[in-house]
Amino acid sequence: MSWFEKLMPSRIRTEGGDKRTVPEGLWAKCAGCSAVLYRAELERSLDVCPKCGYHSRIGARRRLEAFLDEEPREEIGADLISDDPLSFKDTKKYRDRVTQAQKASDEKDALIVIRGQLKGMDIVACAFEFKFMAGSMGSVVGEKFVRAVNASIELNAPLICYSASGGARMQESLFSLMQMAKTSAALDQLSKKGLPFISVMTDPTMGGVSASFAMLGDINIGEPRALIGFAGPRVIEQTVRETLPEGFQRSEFLLEHGALDLIVDRREMRDRVASLLSILTNKTVN
Amino acid sequence: MNLNFLEFEQPVAELEAKIEELRHVGDDNEINLQEEITRLEEKSRALTKSLFSSLKPWQISQLSRHPLRPYMLDYVERIFDDFEELHGDRMYADDHAIVGGIARLEGRPVMLIGQQKGRSTKEKLHRNFGMARPEGYRKALRLMEMAERFKMPILTFIDTPGAYPGVGAEERGQSEAIARNLKVMAGLRTPILCTVIGEGGSGGALAIGVGDRVTLLQYSTYSVISPEGCATILWKSADKAELAAEAMGITSDRLLELGLIDSVVPEPLGGAHRDVETMVLSLKQSLLDGLESLVGLNMDELLERRYQRLMGYGHFAGE
Repeated sequence: MSWFEKLMPSRIRTEGGDKRTVPEGLWAKCAGCSAVLYRAELERSLDVCPKCGYHSRIGARRRLEAFLDEEPREEIGADLISDDPLSFKDTKKYRDRVTQAQKASDEKDALIVIRGQLKGMDIVACAFEFKFMAGSMGSVVGEKFVRAVNASIELNAPLICYSASGGARMQESLFSLMQMAKTSAALDQLSKKGLPFISVMTDPTMGGVSASFAMLGDINIGEPRALIGFAGPRVIEQTVRETLPEGFQRSEFLLEHGALDLIVDRREMRDRVASLLSILTNKTVN
Repeated sequence: MNLNFLEFEQPVAELEAKIEELRHVGDDNEINLQEEITRLEEKSRALTKSLFSSLKPWQISQLSRHPLRPYMLDYVERIFDDFEELHGDRMYADDHAIVGGIARLEGRPVMLIGQQKGRSTKEKLHRNFGMARPEGYRKALRLMEMAERFKMPILTFIDTPGAYPGVGAEERGQSEAIARNLKVMAGLRTPILCTVIGEGGSGGALAIGVGDRVTLLQYSTYSVISPEGCATILWKSADKAELAAEAMGITSDRLLELGLIDSVVPEPLGGAHRDVETMVLSLKQSLLDGLESLVGLNMDELLERRYQRLMGYGHFAGE
């Protein structure tokens, strides 16, 4: 703890915003321990609270930025956009929702794929942008994931995916459901080529994403305290009509029940994944 | 209200009640009411025809979940010979929501896998309303891998509201169980025919739904979430299920048009439950035709076709 932090009154509150977004000020409050943190320091630690280790959600670009070597980087499928095959409309048109999400997230859809290097090792990395319609999987996400797999095969390089998703995108209905089959089938090809897939599940990884490629990692990693599961806790509560146990569907719970290999702190992710891949592929890394 | 008829069928139900009544009177009094009965029967048929010629997605969704709709085992006993049910996932339990086993279809050995719903309250609970837990999907996987070893085609029968959302199911890895099936089915070296015979609900349906040919019975539905579920999330009210059913495109004709399924088996007038024997014959023919179209292919060709089909799912713009 710095001398300056020690002098800080502990209850300074910053203006507005919900608890998960970091306000645009000099200061930020940790959603885990309520400590007031110097924003620059929080950013340096990838939005993990230096005091309690609480992992706030972060965007796809920032995650890949921190994970990959500075260069080379080449984005895959950057121009793919959703096509609204059903002309879907609920209380709002799907097209309008997409436009709105594009503005809010500055991304074209919910998955970003970059082919680059990790400590000098060729790699294809994907990350979900949760701000884009809750990271939901529709045709574009499915197609981009498949292209990521194909790029891995072409480069003979490992694949890694950081998931953060509410599940399938309802507005694309059965097209979304079929993305589960499409992405899983592509991973079957990757496995047959003997290339590793590392799946990192971050908060939250639910529904159709967890029930397809996210759970199919050769190594499944969870970020601390991430919510990971098939059905949402509210749905389960309504079905079984009882309160759910403490920590239910959190990474630690999944590790305990055998669904994850590891829980890794975001600040160590790059080093740990590089080390895992160097062993799996028997290569040396920088 | 007659529970065997859905709300939109009430005019037919009333006519049928009247016919029943006349038959009774006829029996008692030896009066010949046959002419009147025939007239009413004609009218009832015409009315049913007109009602069923313009069904709304929401009405079809109700038909797909009709309490009298034939379930997997109803078809199995009528279509196949020597069915032997095989139990358990060899790891944890036998899930009664999924039935699996070997049988013969016109002499040819096949592996059958499907969700089974219950008819009575007790049976419904026993089958968990057709909602499988991880052990159900793992049993299915075990049997499908067995089918591959013994070179038997796999026929799946899909009829589920979805995978069971429960505490134990999550603890035992519901997501992983479904995901594993999707991945393995994509590469199984044996033909797979999937038929949605009722409700094709979400990941729980897809977990036995990856194959070479996907068929829907005419009044079955297939969707990413139930109309009620979709309405609750997007309209914030389950009452809007009718709108959600409309918007999602869950019916066989729509899905065929969108290229998401390969074929549709027509149902008898009024739905499968009105004439089970006719439905059985049509389904059997569809299965025989489906197998016929696949068994000639060599395995690499079959798998390549399956893979390209899967990769073809999706609608997007831009390169």
